[in-house]
Amino acid sequence: MSDAPTNSTPTNPVEKLLRMERIPHIWCPGCGVGTSVNCFARALDKTDIDYDNLHVVSGIGCTGRVAGYVNVDSFHTTHGRAIPFATGLAIARPEAKVVVYSGDGDLFAIGGNHLIHAARRNIDMTVICVNNFTYGMTGGQVTPTTPYSAKATTTPYGNFEDTFNLPNLVESCGAVYVARWTVYHVRKLIKSMTKALNTKGFSFIEVIAQCPTLYQRRNKLGDGVMALQYYKERSTVQNGAPTVDVGLDYQSDIIVGEFVDKPRPTFMDKYNTRMTEILGNKFVPYEGVK
Amino acid sequence: MEQDSEPSNDNPKPSKSEKPPAAKGQAFIDEERCKGCSYCVVFCPTEVLAMGGRLNRKGYHLPEVVNPEKCNGCDMCGLFCPDFAIFGVRNKKKKDGGE
Ligand SMILES: Cc1ncc(C[n+]2csc(CCOP(=O)(O)OP(=O)(O)O)c2C)c(N)n1
Ligand code: SF4
Ligand code: SF4
Repeated sequence: MSDAPTNSTPTNPVEKLLRMERIPHIWCPGCGVGTSVNCFARALDKTDIDYDNLHVVSGIGCTGRVAGYVNVDSFHTTHGRAIPFATGLAIARPEAKVVVYSGDGDLFAIGGNHLIHAARRNIDMTVICVNNFTYGMTGGQVTPTTPYSAKATTTPYGNFEDTFNLPNLVESCGAVYVARWTVYHVRKLIKSMTKALNTKGFSFIEVIAQCPTLYQRRNKLGDGVMALQYYKERSTVQNGAPTVDVGLDYQSDIIVGEFVDKPRPTFMDKYNTRMTEILGNKFVPYEGVK
Repeated sequence: MEQDSEPSNDNPKPSKSEKPPAAKGQAFIDEERCKGCSYCVVFCPTEVLAMGGRLNRKGYHLPEVVNPEKCNGCDMCGLFCPDFAIFGVRNKKKKDGGE
């Protein structure tokens, strides 16, 4: 919240972090991705991160367009490859803050293997996953997060596959910070994003968001307001909840909160420690590509 | 069902003789960015906004400020807006020169 400067129209506080010449953006009316970006810009504003040292990387998808709208050094990679690109960036420039911002399909279907290994290695990056339970960009196909019985273009009789529980998956792989919010929880989401951005190591936030055009409509769930009402009525905040208990079913209760916050040495810390152990002072600790 | 003939008095308008108390905040709308989702209207805690009858150039229905005196500048509208088309600010207190 900014104060109104006297005698002039104030500007929206998020404008300084967005490429305003590209707004209006391509997202449909009421798309939850926009609200998540709004929260992200406000979270960035609350950190001391030097924007010249910040990189935002996306894959392909509706959420993948985020890289094109943030007014910082950003890269729109190929489908599923945001994490490998970001891994290279984080290792070459350990002083930088690397954020991966992408969809559930991009990060957990085609890009799933990259994600689990980045978490295992504790690469220093923040991953923001907008989970809208579908492939938005390509017209609403089933994804590894589509709940049982939900309809998609590829599951006209309802999905029969089991789904990933994203917080549990990333915790098992070794993420140091894991949270889930919906886009109804704007203030808590901003706070959590700020915390993730200030965390060293692999941090992960699942942002449950509405896709009114495809997921909501195909499942006859109403418009974006109805999605937000559902998030409001059926979410409970349970910080520290065991992630094994936070799986989602179709239109079920949603457990949100900060589930994991336990630091451990990063990939780079472990590399330097091991090499120093073996080589002693013959080893020059790695501090990035200068 | 029989309707009350009396208009609802839930939101009394300040009479002209009395000066209305200054609003604590103000919402600013960029109409050409708006896509008419109505989140700001639904999630404003003090019912400052309503969907009006006007459209923008692209044909989206626009929200309008209908109860400006109720705005407290909480910026809830701004946080929910997927299109960065609205935000709320707290007005600076004029009288005792500070917050
Ligand atoms: C290698 C490759 N395979 C498939 C595609 C088609 N494709 C584009 S976006 C997308 C899925 C996007 O879904 P998600 O990551 O959940 O993002 P959303 O659009 O829902 O935000 C797919 C399958 C592609 N672009 N490249
Ligand atoms: S298709 Fe769905 S996810 Fe993509 S912009 Fe539209 S509402 Fe958003
Ligand atoms: S700033 Fe708060 S009170 Fe004012 S219009 Fe926006 S949501 Fe309503």
